[in-house]
Amino acid sequence: MSDHKHARAMGAEQLLAGRRICVCVGAGGVGKTTTAATLAIGMAMRGQKVVVVTIDPARRLAEALGLETLDNEPQRVFAPGSKRLNDAGLPDIKGELWAVMLDPKRTFDELIDRVSPSPERAAEIKRNGVYRQLSSAVAGSQEFTAIEKLYELAQEDYDLLVLDTPPAHSATEFLNAPGRLNAFLGGGALQALIRPTGLGMRLLGIGATPLLSALRLVTGVDLLTDLTRFLSLLGGMAGDFTARAARVEELLHADTTGFVLVTTAEDRPVQEAIAFRETLRASKMPFVGTIVNRVAPAIHAGTRAGLDGKLAADLADRLLACARDHEVLATRDRANIRRLREGLGEQPLLVVPDLDERLSDASGLFAMQQELFGD
Amino acid sequence: MPEPSLLSRRLIFLTGKGGVGKTTVAFALAQAAASSGRRTLVADLQGSGDTREVEVAPGLMHVSIDPQSAMEQYLSVQVPAPAAHLLRQSHLFAAFAMATPGMRELLCMGKFWELAQHERRTADAEPYDLVVVDAPASGHGAALLRAPRTFAEIARVGPIAHQARTIAQTFADPDFTAVLAVTTAEEMPVTETLELQDSLKRGPDPLKLHAVILNALYPRRFSDADTHTLEALRNRGRTSTELRTILDAALAEHARARSQERQEERLRLAFPDRLLTLPYLFEPELKLPQVALLAAELDAQLVGGN
Repeated sequence: MSDHKHARAMGAEQLLAGRRICVCVGAGGVGKTTTAATLAIGMAMRGQKVVVVTIDPARRLAEALGLETLDNEPQRVFAPGSKRLNDAGLPDIKGELWAVMLDPKRTFDELIDRVSPSPERAAEIKRNGVYRQLSSAVAGSQEFTAIEKLYELAQEDYDLLVLDTPPAHSATEFLNAPGRLNAFLGGGALQALIRPTGLGMRLLGIGATPLLSALRLVTGVDLLTDLTRFLSLLGGMAGDFTARAARVEELLHADTTGFVLVTTAEDRPVQEAIAFRETLRASKMPFVGTIVNRVAPAIHAGTRAGLDGKLAADLADRLLACARDHEVLATRDRANIRRLREGLGEQPLLVVPDLDERLSDASGLFAMQQELFGD
Repeated sequence: MPEPSLLSRRLIFLTGKGGVGKTTVAFALAQAAASSGRRTLVADLQGSGDTREVEVAPGLMHVSIDPQSAMEQYLSVQVPAPAAHLLRQSHLFAAFAMATPGMRELLCMGKFWELAQHERRTADAEPYDLVVVDAPASGHGAALLRAPRTFAEIARVGPIAHQARTIAQTFADPDFTAVLAVTTAEEMPVTETLELQDSLKRGPDPLKLHAVILNALYPRRFSDADTHTLEALRNRGRTSTELRTILDAALAEHARARSQERQEERLRLAFPDRLLTLPYLFEPELKLPQVALLAAELDAQLVGGN
């Protein structure tokens, strides 16, 4: 299979060369979590100290890695001479593999603890209704805290950080959500909105009173009170959020960071991958390559003649029907991989065959590792 | 039990893990409804840019919701003119509204709600008999469903809180709204479906999964005895590489079908009488003709359902 040869010639190791952060992005259900774990295992085998950050639900991954549970703090999964590797009959690794399962609420709380001037202030913020809603909302807080966690771990001594991203309904959502939350937390606009004589108001030439009363009309007084209270609690911390957001942005744009697009060769994920490539280009994020999962193996159904005498007629018919169906998928996948190559530009594209049921344990991950890294 | 009346609901809210074929299933349901003469709309949240309601097949419309334009519409209809004008002009307000936790979700849910009303708020908009919401993946989908309730709780009083409460009630009304999960017969999506059912049950406004649609079921072409025959042929020395590829495909398909049977069993235990199934389609792409096939399949199960 020519696509296969391509994967071997250009493996995941070259894809990640010179990168310290690898962000796996793509549509839901394309195998992002598995791919992130596999990249991490592969680099750990080759001597790096790697941490993989996964997003819930990653229980099956925890099981595959041989852990009971994953935690918001990094846990060491494999190290040289790991008994767990030995027991499973797997090759030893030269580096270390660590894993984190993101807990958005806890990551958010820890961030508040870190930036608050006092524990009392932190406690009061955490009690505020607006904060509670903000930190536990699924939409937005996963994306925001995933990036937070990445930033936090980047301060430690890992050689490589691999981030699995939340299942966004559109891929660009992942890139936009953290910015929205940061705008809210560090938002000068909001501060100005609440402060009656804010500079922003004067600049816009709107008197605070009519705007505020219009707002009150729409939102109800209590929301405004809670928000005002929340923002005044954040008080001097708004600057910290903005500064932090700027450093995170810088980290994501660094030339030691690489975005890896994960997709299958099906129609919709391919369309999304091409659209996501455009988003990365527009936001100047470093794109390093694409991994195409679950590609159907090449197959040529042929005719009944080849089966005559070997099988009962009825079974031969069913076998042929099956082969024709799978030939349709194989042809589709090849056409879509061509589309991807045309739509994604020069960066490498690695093709992983369908490993179906084998990915539920560590040996499955090692098998996929071989596909991705070559031998 | 749920089937015959499913399409006579006003709103169907469809969620499920990413990659299980939610969008295709949404269109198949909508197509089934449209074929029985109901004016039907599929609404999703992929909106950016064009958010007009467009006819994709006779009686079947599609719209993408974008929170920004949902807010503008809301303001122009709900808020007295001078105040609305002031707020629309204000960049500060836009920043505020888009950043307030839960506000985007509330605006989207509000728009879905509006689309399903007999009396549309939007001037000269024609009403729909059925709105099928192609919602985001389970976690986000459940959060979206809860958004009106949670928003009402933080805002407590005022027009938004009042409306959020109305919207929450509509989505919790089983005569008006059916919440459906789409899944494939694989371990993770099935587990997520079971968790979704649990998380919907929790809270002050418990919601129930009306039904689960098990999508992309592999055909069961071979018996275990067949596969022994095929394996024997595969391992015979003189078998050509070409034939071996074909036998491998058949054996892999059989293995997958068997593993799907186990996952289907998990679902049948949790949702007896509430499971609809759709076959895997071996097609290069899923466009309207394939959607029509799936619609016919759903229709047959809905009519034949007990």
